[in-house]
Amino acid sequence: MSTSLILLIILIVGLAAYFAGRARAMASSKGKLSVLHSLPGYHGVYVAIWAVLPAAFVLALWLLASPFFIENSVRSALPESVHSQGSATTELMLGQVMQVANGLKRLNSDELTAVTSGSSSLRDALAAKGVPMANAGEPYMVEAAQHYNSLRDSSRWVMSAVVLIIAIAGAVFAIRGISAPFRARNRVERVMLGTLLLASSIAILTTVGIVGSMLSEAIRFFQSVSPSAFFFGTVWDPRFSAAGSGGTEGQFGLLPLLAGTLYIAFVAMLFAVPVGLFAAIYMAEYARPVVRGIAKPLLEILAGIPTIVYGFFALVTVGPFLRDISAQLNGLVTGNYVNFIQAQSVLTAGLVMGIMLIPFVSSLSDDIITQVPRSLRDGSLGLGATRSETIKRVILPAALPGIVGALLLTASRAVGETMIVVLAAGVAARMQLNPFEAMTTVTVKIVNQLTGDLEFNSPQTLVAFALGITLFAITLCLNIYALYIVRKYREQYE
Amino acid sequence: MNMMSEAAVEKALDQKMNTVPFKMIGKDVSVYYGEKRALFDVNLNVRENTVTALIGPSGCGKSTFLRTLNRMNDTIDSCRVTGKITLDDGDIYDPSIDVVELRARVGMVFQKPNPFPKSIYENVTYGPKIHGLARTKAELDQIVESSLQKAGLWNEVKDRLHESGTGLSGGQQQRLCIARAVAVSPEVILMDEPCSALDPIATAKVEELIHELRANYTIVIVTHSMQQAARVSQRTAMFHLGNLVEENDTDKMFTNPDDQRTQDYIMGRFG
Repeated sequence: MSTSLILLIILIVGLAAYFAGRARAMASSKGKLSVLHSLPGYHGVYVAIWAVLPAAFVLALWLLASPFFIENSVRSALPESVHSQGSATTELMLGQVMQVANGLKRLNSDELTAVTSGSSSLRDALAAKGVPMANAGEPYMVEAAQHYNSLRDSSRWVMSAVVLIIAIAGAVFAIRGISAPFRARNRVERVMLGTLLLASSIAILTTVGIVGSMLSEAIRFFQSVSPSAFFFGTVWDPRFSAAGSGGTEGQFGLLPLLAGTLYIAFVAMLFAVPVGLFAAIYMAEYARPVVRGIAKPLLEILAGIPTIVYGFFALVTVGPFLRDISAQLNGLVTGNYVNFIQAQSVLTAGLVMGIMLIPFVSSLSDDIITQVPRSLRDGSLGLGATRSETIKRVILPAALPGIVGALLLTASRAVGETMIVVLAAGVAARMQLNPFEAMTTVTVKIVNQLTGDLEFNSPQTLVAFALGITLFAITLCLNIYALYIVRKYREQYE
Repeated sequence: MNMMSEAAVEKALDQKMNTVPFKMIGKDVSVYYGEKRALFDVNLNVRENTVTALIGPSGCGKSTFLRTLNRMNDTIDSCRVTGKITLDDGDIYDPSIDVVELRARVGMVFQKPNPFPKSIYENVTYGPKIHGLARTKAELDQIVESSLQKAGLWNEVKDRLHESGTGLSGGQQQRLCIARAVAVSPEVILMDEPCSALDPIATAKVEELIHELRANYTIVIVTHSMQQAARVSQRTAMFHLGNLVEENDTDKMFTNPDDQRTQDYIMGRFG
């Protein structure tokens, strides 16, 4: 039986268990629903849970564990001549045995006997069925493959039987426990709690897993490049790692990338913060409901545009525009029509990223500003303050912790932004302060180092993980700092 | 003895009530919230240096009327006011009137204490700073001290002027709000159920304060408590369903009202 068929059967058993449980609860209530501790539906769900959950759990466990045991058994059945060639060869042969096993299943009985008796070539027979083989195959392979197939089949049958028995046994056990005072409702509640807990721990564990995998790769990187050369190096020149020449030395200085990242994020924030904040103030304090109803969703549409589209916009429109206008300006002032803004520059990337960030700033700030209690507004207006005085002296100070938190969150987005800078910032890793020149960022270099054909053992590739974990640490620190600020100010204001 | 004479003086004052000049005059005041009409041609005058109490069941329009007196209703988008309200003979809804200036002359204290999330000192200096009432730090200090004294809060907070105003107790917060309103030197102070969020002791303090403030300010107070209206006011106006039912001397209102509905409301038969 296939896994999905087993699952379907478990679900059907669960459904039947639900109705059986309900009926049993109804019966034990003897027509008076109020004598039941829990509604019949809860009893049904309780029985269904007993039918489905343990069975599904055993099924999952079996599916995970059985290949391991079967492979072990087949591996030990391989002839001594294979084992003596080391573990790499053993694994290779094991893989081939599985390939053969897969192919054998497609042969009919005549072909099978022909192959086992050696009268027809294993390779040709399998190739005819669309299963390619690297070499002609050896006699022991057919044997091992058959062993493998029979193990798999019997494992599957046992599993189907066990799982079904568990499902039915669970349902029967639960049904027998049902009585009028039985607290099915509380049990179901506990299962719900467990489900929710599981969901949140999956989210957290995934994060831990991501960090763990990045860390392990980064540590491999730091085995070939010293941390001080990475974190304090001022030259980024990774070279190419030619195949087989692992010794190609590159320089992996983080500082030029970090400088570019922070510079571009700074320019973006410089642009996004005032515009976004003023837009939020207008939306929250001045705009009439009609205007607000139209303008706020429009602004938020900006947040839904994929960043690669902003990247195009920067590459095709903003960059050339800035370059041309700088040439014109230069011409007007000095008579020399040479552009002083590069098409790919800190300014271009920062400007476009700023546009991307405006809706984040304005939307988050708008929510925070409208949360300031109306009574504070009235208090200030009632003292004869104008609207802008009220905003400046009462509302913004009261909303400040939230706004600072929002800005830091936005900043961490700016630092981690990838597509816009890939297209608009350029790839030149250098440290300089001219916003009209190209600079590059950590994310751009991660993309560069990980595109193309890769071997995952050279520092040229592994550096991407070191960069990634650095970026992660930076955004993590920003977020923690945001939380710290928010908490500190909240104490002061409440 | 002293108490007696004070009461006697007040009695005499109250009897002269009809000769006290009007500070604010409301004529045919109607208020609409969108399509809904909340006030119907209210004619109500507020006498100088008098506490006028507005009473009536919930939703009767008394708070709405109060808020027309310093145009706080302007902050509600759908709200429209018709009729005429004057302050010292000047129409406060005249387009040439600066609403900011009006609110400096007609201050307001709200139902829930709403001190700004700033220090006590900054709460009091908020209005004076905006209106440029003080040129030096010394003048500001002077305003803070006198306002807090008028609000009866000075002795409780003089040692912690730079602590947050939100850290005070509910009653202290409300008196801080009164001090904040007084600091702008208004002529009229509007109070919208100023004691409804306070405990009885804090309420007694605020009522006492209202009593004292009457000497220098014209006060209009909305209240749900009949006893409070009787205790603090000299004139009482009764609202019902957006109409002004009756306006009279407080004594007369609570002993022998002209209108049956007033009688019923005061006796607790509705509302």
